[in-house]
Amino acid sequence: MSVHTKKLIKNAYRITRDRDITALRIRVPGGHLPVEYFDIIKEVAQKYGNGTVHITTRQGFEVPGIPMEMVDKVNRLIAPILKGLEKDIGVQVNDEEIGYPAAGTRNVSGCIGNRVCPFANYDTTDLALKLERIIYPNDYHVKIAVSGCPNDCIKAHMQDIGVLGQVEPLYNPDRCISCGACVDNCHKRSTGALTMVNYRVERDEKRCLGCGECVLTCPNSAWTRGSNYYRVVIMGRTGKKNPRIARTFLEWVSEDTVLKVVANMYDYIEKHIDRRLPKEHVGYIVDRTGLNVFKDEVLKEAELDAKAKVAQFIDFGRYFYDRNQM
Amino acid sequence: MGYQMSTVEFNNVISKLLLDYRILAPVCLEGKGTFSGTDLVTYGDIERIQDVVFDRKTVYSAKEAVFPPSETMFYFTEEEFKQPSVDQKGILVFARPCDINAFKRLDAIYLESGPYPDPYYLQLREKLKFVLMECDHGFKNCFCASMGTNETSDFSLLVRSEGDQIFCLINDTGFEDLISESLASNSIRKVDLQPGFVQRNKTRLQIPDKLDNSLFSHPLWQEYASRCTGCGRCNFSCPTCSCFTMQDLFYRDNPSCGERRRVWASCMIEGYTEMAGGQEVRKTQGERMRFKVMHKFSDFKKRFGFHMCVGCGRCDDVCPEYISLPRCVQKLQEIKNGGVR
Repeated sequence: MSVHTKKLIKNAYRITRDRDITALRIRVPGGHLPVEYFDIIKEVAQKYGNGTVHITTRQGFEVPGIPMEMVDKVNRLIAPILKGLEKDIGVQVNDEEIGYPAAGTRNVSGCIGNRVCPFANYDTTDLALKLERIIYPNDYHVKIAVSGCPNDCIKAHMQDIGVLGQVEPLYNPDRCISCGACVDNCHKRSTGALTMVNYRVERDEKRCLGCGECVLTCPNSAWTRGSNYYRVVIMGRTGKKNPRIARTFLEWVSEDTVLKVVANMYDYIEKHIDRRLPKEHVGYIVDRTGLNVFKDEVLKEAELDAKAKVAQFIDFGRYFYDRNQM
Repeated sequence: MGYQMSTVEFNNVISKLLLDYRILAPVCLEGKGTFSGTDLVTYGDIERIQDVVFDRKTVYSAKEAVFPPSETMFYFTEEEFKQPSVDQKGILVFARPCDINAFKRLDAIYLESGPYPDPYYLQLREKLKFVLMECDHGFKNCFCASMGTNETSDFSLLVRSEGDQIFCLINDTGFEDLISESLASNSIRKVDLQPGFVQRNKTRLQIPDKLDNSLFSHPLWQEYASRCTGCGRCNFSCPTCSCFTMQDLFYRDNPSCGERRRVWASCMIEGYTEMAGGQEVRKTQGERMRFKVMHKFSDFKKRFGFHMCVGCGRCDDVCPEYISLPRCVQKLQEIKNGGVR
C-alpha cells in the first residue's frame, strides 16, 4: 500500500502502531462546540473507525481505527465540521471536502471561561476563535492555550503561548466598609497585593496579578471591574528534551497586542527555524536565538500602553537528566 | 393629576427638576457586575428618563441616598472640628413601594428610637422625596405582599414608562407648577392615572406571630452555621439594615489631623459583637443568622409595632450561598405549627 505519510499527517491523521490503520484528530477551537457535531463524530467512529473516540488533551477528538483507504470518505463526512468550526469563524479553508489543511499548529485550547466560570475574566472561547483565525492553517509546531484567569485550569503554562485573563480592579473608597474580606482573600488565595491602611485598602500594583478575586469577594461593590488585560506566558513545554513550565513574558497587554504577538511569532519562526530538521518546535528556536531576538521580533508594531510590562530576562530553570543523581 | 407625554417632553421636566434636585434612580452599570461580562443594576444619578431601569430590581437599595456606606461626620485638628458641608439640593429618588416603606423603618431607627433624632440622617432625610415606580409583576424572591409593604401613598410623583410615552401622576402640590408650566406650550395630555400595586407574590410568607427565646437553641440555626460564609451581602443590599460602626482615622502625613467616619456594619460579619477585651457575643454564623431573623421579624416589631423586613427579597437575590431569608421564616412557621423538626 502506497501512502504519502507526510501528506496524511498534514491532513490531521496519524501513523499508528497498526499497519494501514490511521486516526483522525478533530479540532475544537476553544474546546466549546455545538452538540450537532457529535452526530458526525459518532458516524465517523461507527462507520469507519472502531466505534470509540479519544478526548485529546488539546480538547479535540481523536477517532481511531480508520483504515487509510477510507480517508477520502471520512474527509467528505467531516466537511460540516470544517465548515462550522473553521471556515465559518474566518479560518481560510479552500476546500472543506478534503479534510484538515494542516496539523502542525495545534488546536487552541481554552478553559470554559466567563460563559460559565465565575472566576474567568473574559470569554476564552471567543479569544480562541480569534487566535485560530490568525494561526491556522499552519504547519509550524505551535501550541497555544487560553485561560480565563491565573488559576490556569487549562494549563496554559505548558504551552508555547499561554494567555491568562487579567482585570484591572477599580476601588471606590466611598463604598468600602473596611470588612477586610478582599485583603484576607488576596493573601490566602492570590499574591497578597492588598493591605488595609487607615480603614482603606491599598493595592500594590507590582504584586497584583489582576485575578479579580477582590472584585469577587467584595460584598458592597467597592471593587469593580475595570478594563480587561492579558498576561502572556511563553515557551512552556512537555517533551523528552528539557520540559519546562512557561514564564511570564508580557503583563497588562490588550487583546490586540496578544493577537499581534502571536501573528509575529510565525514570522519569527519562518525566519529562524532550522530547516535541516524534520520539524522544530518554537520553544527550541527561542533557546537558540535567545529571548531578546524573540522579543524584538514579536513586539514589532505591537502597541503597548503605559500599563504593559515586558520581561527583560527569563530564567526557565533547568531540568536535569544526570543519571548519577538518580 | 395625571399627565401623558413623550420621553423628550419628560426629559425637559427632568432638566427643570435637576436645577433643584439630585435625582437618583435604578441604573445599569455595564460590566460592573461581580462576574466578568455581567452588569450591575443599582442606584445612580440620572439626567434623562432613558437612564432609568424600570424592569429589573437593583442589587443595592435606595437607602444609600440618605445613609451612605461611608460618611464623614467631622474633620478634626488639635483643637477644632468641622462637619462636612452638605449639598443644598433636594434628593428625588425613584423607588418601588417596598423601598419607600423601608424608609419608614430607617426613620424609626434614626429619628424615633432615641431621645433626639440622628442629625446626619435627618439632614439628608429632610431633602428626600420619592418618585414611585410601580411593579407590574413582582420580581424573583419578592414577598412584599406578605409584609404589607406592597402599597404606599408616600410619593411626590408616579412615573410609568410605556414605549416612548411617559405617564406621570403628581401627588405633591409642590410639583404642580413644574408640569403646568410645560403644559401650555407642549402636547402634554391630561390622563386619568392611578398607581398600580402588586397584590400577590410567588413567595408568600406567614410571619409567626410569636417568635420567642425558645427558638434560640433550635437545631435550625446550626444549618446556617455551616452554610453562611459571613460576607455581609444580605445586610448591604437590605433597604432596612441600618447598623454602622465608627472609624477615627489620622492622616498619615499629619497625624494630628484626621476625620471621624461612620460606615455600614453587618451583623453577619465576624467582629460585629466584639467588645473591648475580646469578648464576642455571637460567634457562629448560625447565631448571627438567628439574630438577624429575630430582629427583622420579631424584636423590631416589639418596639415599633411593625416588622422591619419589607420583603424586597434582595438578601435572597445576592446570597452567594443561596441562603434564603424568606425560606428561613417559612421554616420557623413550620416549627411553630409543630411541623418539620
